[in-house]
Amino acid sequence: MPRPITLKDHYRETRVFARRSVVALSLVFLLMLALIARMVWLQVFQYEKYRTMADENRITVEPIGPTRGLIMDRNGTLLADNRPHYAVSITKEQSPDINATITHIGELIALDDALIDRFHKRLQQRQRPNTPVALKFKLTEEEIAIIAVNQHRLPGVTLDAYLVRHYPWNDMLSHAVGYVGRINEKELQTLDATNYSGTEHVGKTGVEAFYEDQLHGTVGFQTIETDARGRITRVLERTDPVPGADLMLYLDLPTQIAAVKALDGRRGAIVAIEPSTGGVLAFVSMPGFDPNLFVTGIDYKSYQELQDSLERPLYNRALQGQYPPGSTIKPIMGLAGLHYGFTDWGRSIYDPGFYKLDNDNHYYRDWKKWGHGVVNLKTAIVQSCDTYFYDLAFKMGVDRIHDFFLPFGLGKRTGIDLPNERPGLMPSRAWKRAAMNQAWYPGETLIVGIGQGYMLSTPLQLALSTAILANRGKMVHPRMARLVGDDPTIDDKPMEQIKLNNPQDWDATIDAMRDVIHSATGTARGINQDLTYDIAGKTGTAQVVAIKQGESYDASKLKEWHKDHALFVGFAPVKEPRIALAILVENGGGGGSAAAPVARQVFDAYFESLAEDQIDNTFTGAAAP
Amino acid sequence: MNQDFPFRLDALRNPVTRRISLSQAVHIDLPLLGGIVVLICVGLFVLYSGSGQSMDTIVRQLSRFAVGMAVMLVLAQIPPRTYKRWTPWLYGIGLGLLVAVLVAGAEAKGAQRWLALPGFGRFQPSELMKLMVPLMVSWYLSERSLPPGWKPVLLASALMLVPAVLIAKQPDLGTALLIASAGFIALFLSGLSWRYIAGLVVAAIPAGAGLWMVMHDYQRQRVLTFLNPEMDRWGSGWNITQSKTAIGSGGIEGKGWLNGTQAHLDFLPESHTDFIIAVLAEEFGLLGVCALLLIYFAIIARGTYIAMNAQDTYSRLVAGSITLTFFVYVFVNIGMVSGILPVVGVPLPLVSYGGTSAVTLMAGFGILMSIQTHRKLVPT
Repeated sequence: MPRPITLKDHYRETRVFARRSVVALSLVFLLMLALIARMVWLQVFQYEKYRTMADENRITVEPIGPTRGLIMDRNGTLLADNRPHYAVSITKEQSPDINATITHIGELIALDDALIDRFHKRLQQRQRPNTPVALKFKLTEEEIAIIAVNQHRLPGVTLDAYLVRHYPWNDMLSHAVGYVGRINEKELQTLDATNYSGTEHVGKTGVEAFYEDQLHGTVGFQTIETDARGRITRVLERTDPVPGADLMLYLDLPTQIAAVKALDGRRGAIVAIEPSTGGVLAFVSMPGFDPNLFVTGIDYKSYQELQDSLERPLYNRALQGQYPPGSTIKPIMGLAGLHYGFTDWGRSIYDPGFYKLDNDNHYYRDWKKWGHGVVNLKTAIVQSCDTYFYDLAFKMGVDRIHDFFLPFGLGKRTGIDLPNERPGLMPSRAWKRAAMNQAWYPGETLIVGIGQGYMLSTPLQLALSTAILANRGKMVHPRMARLVGDDPTIDDKPMEQIKLNNPQDWDATIDAMRDVIHSATGTARGINQDLTYDIAGKTGTAQVVAIKQGESYDASKLKEWHKDHALFVGFAPVKEPRIALAILVENGGGGGSAAAPVARQVFDAYFESLAEDQIDNTFTGAAAP
Repeated sequence: MNQDFPFRLDALRNPVTRRISLSQAVHIDLPLLGGIVVLICVGLFVLYSGSGQSMDTIVRQLSRFAVGMAVMLVLAQIPPRTYKRWTPWLYGIGLGLLVAVLVAGAEAKGAQRWLALPGFGRFQPSELMKLMVPLMVSWYLSERSLPPGWKPVLLASALMLVPAVLIAKQPDLGTALLIASAGFIALFLSGLSWRYIAGLVVAAIPAGAGLWMVMHDYQRQRVLTFLNPEMDRWGSGWNITQSKTAIGSGGIEGKGWLNGTQAHLDFLPESHTDFIIAVLAEEFGLLGVCALLLIYFAIIARGTYIAMNAQDTYSRLVAGSITLTFFVYVFVNIGMVSGILPVVGVPLPLVSYGGTSAVTLMAGFGILMSIQTHRKLVPT
């Protein structure tokens, strides 16, 4: 191949190449120095910064929520426990398209828009990246299986086990035990941020709320090392959480169940107290609700239904319902009259069926239209004569009544270990002047004498006053909890004794109350068949003054709601009382016919439960408490 | 060139005055081989850590090095003039294969880089071009009077830019830049006028703008990330932020072998391939990085020595451009991982996990050894 001849200057080429090689090698050296300089900058001058960043990358302090304490009744039956459940969760960082993933899950298990909305809300509130956010809680066995089988097609989707507060007795104990719910923003501000950093639920009502601090326990922490995908590779340090203390209540579950059943679907409240301790044996407000609904978040519609129901299932009648106590307070009224010397057991009056003040045209009627005839204090209690107590109250005056009733726990908060108790109302001149800026009228004293008018009390207060009566004046503080962990709930104040001028009046009054059930003329004689123990009690019938405007437009219902409240207070056995109670049946009619039979069933249940306890204790050889 | 033969005979006939060492007889350059073996050993230690202590990875990497060694030894036996004779043909074949890749290549990870060869598995023609471009430019320039005038410069530029553009279209910007720089190094060593170099720098500015226009989105994203990695710490800046964190947290002495948290907890991406230097920097610290750079510098210095002692222009240019391209690999990779260069997919030579690039590099060293050991034995 002919080519143009090029003259090559080999010497020059070699020289040029050598020069260029030296230049190039020098350049290599300089660039390597540049790399080293860069490394020195990163590894020496910025070492601290990157060291910290590397540690922050991998080290996370994670709170471990404590397990909430259990709640049980006096026999150790669980009233609230923690059950494992599964939730389907999504980790956003691991899911390529979160909405597509949700749609996919929706094709497998039922999801509604409200669930998805709440999921997005929780996703926004999430504090750390790479943590799963729950989409649906409380999966059924079938849903768990469906998700597990399809998990490989759902990137970022996990099944997470968690403990859920569970209330096995549903609506039976909703107002006594209460419930826990998700911590809301308001609570977030008052709760200890550190101790609740691993907790999602907080007690909202009932014992759950009152003993929140003890039930909750103490948060634990673990310092964990995570990889880039947020998976835990090892635990560097761990402080275990301290589980919450278990709570043992005074409550006797068989008695509670019997009380709920005795109300038989009627609205009402039952509180039973052990007179020797003040321990609450039964605490019923009906209708109740299923507290389990609130634990993982109740949906708006269900909540509205509960809220708007005319039956008011969310309303704690036993603790917050303030009712005229009616005739149930007559035994204490009698004691007041005896104490202040306005009557004695021998004194009798004639009851023509009404009472009339001198310069007043108003007829204060007895419930018995033609009157009881000649009555003394005992027959007035047994037959619930109104006229006798109109007369007695008028003679005493409202202030003496007020002063005498207060130590029985009426007209003020009892201080029970439940939140949001209402105080009731024990009227006096001073109260009326302060509250209404009006003078007290003598006629108002008369109706206070039969537990009507301004006087209001909660079923809890009535049960407490009955327990104090059963104790012959020894005061007690009502208590739901018997043991917190292993510690008994100690009353802060020593027990006081109500002192009467003549202490024998206790037994005489109680004897009259016994005749309410056990004599042929007693207003509650209907419940005395086949009794194996004796009962002292008092019936009451409270007039429903008015119903608030706008609560109902249902005419037939309105009529039903104008019916009287039926009341009964009592204790048994008479000599050494084990149980004192108050029964309220809203719009139930007469106390003797509607409330007293309920009380009988509760008494029966409790004594049966006590007997079983004794058999159990004999059998196991344990000493009775 | 026929004189080669009697010289050789003479050398063998008179072993005392024309002493020939065993290594020279089997065409091995011991200093270069020593540097490579040390580098490979260090690399395997780092790879073991960077791959999450996978013995599997080490075995596979070792088998590739074995192939690479074999290729290197075979290529070292072929005298430089044979390379010179074959260069234009091999270059032509390589160019044809690059076109074939664009037309009928296999796609993987969004790029068309491979040709499926029945019976041979997959083959990456751009790897062949990593060697053929410096060889071709050297061949072309060695036939011209040097330093080259503007006409040879333009033609030599075309010889390296045509394959570079073809490879950039695959798209594989990293390899394209390496190939172009290999060609440019040959031009530079041949005595390219400094005026042309200055002109090139001035022309680079509008060229850069033009390049930006034709770049793919992911390539633009890489450049943007490079300019400001903090812009998107959790997105595209993640890689570089994590590698800088790994390097910086290593400090002077490092966290110790297998103790790097960034690599072992998967914060560091590509910890056994392109970003492996960060594993070394995290576990062995600044001292480890300096030691590695020293090994590299030793290899490059030996390569430059071989180039300067080569006996014809072709050999000189080939040896020089292969050696300096090796440095470009090192610089671009470490610069990228430590955040002074944009992220382009360039492995750390002989340390990063990966087959083809290791074999290509070893082939280049084979040519270097051939140049060194086929010299006419001039008494020194």
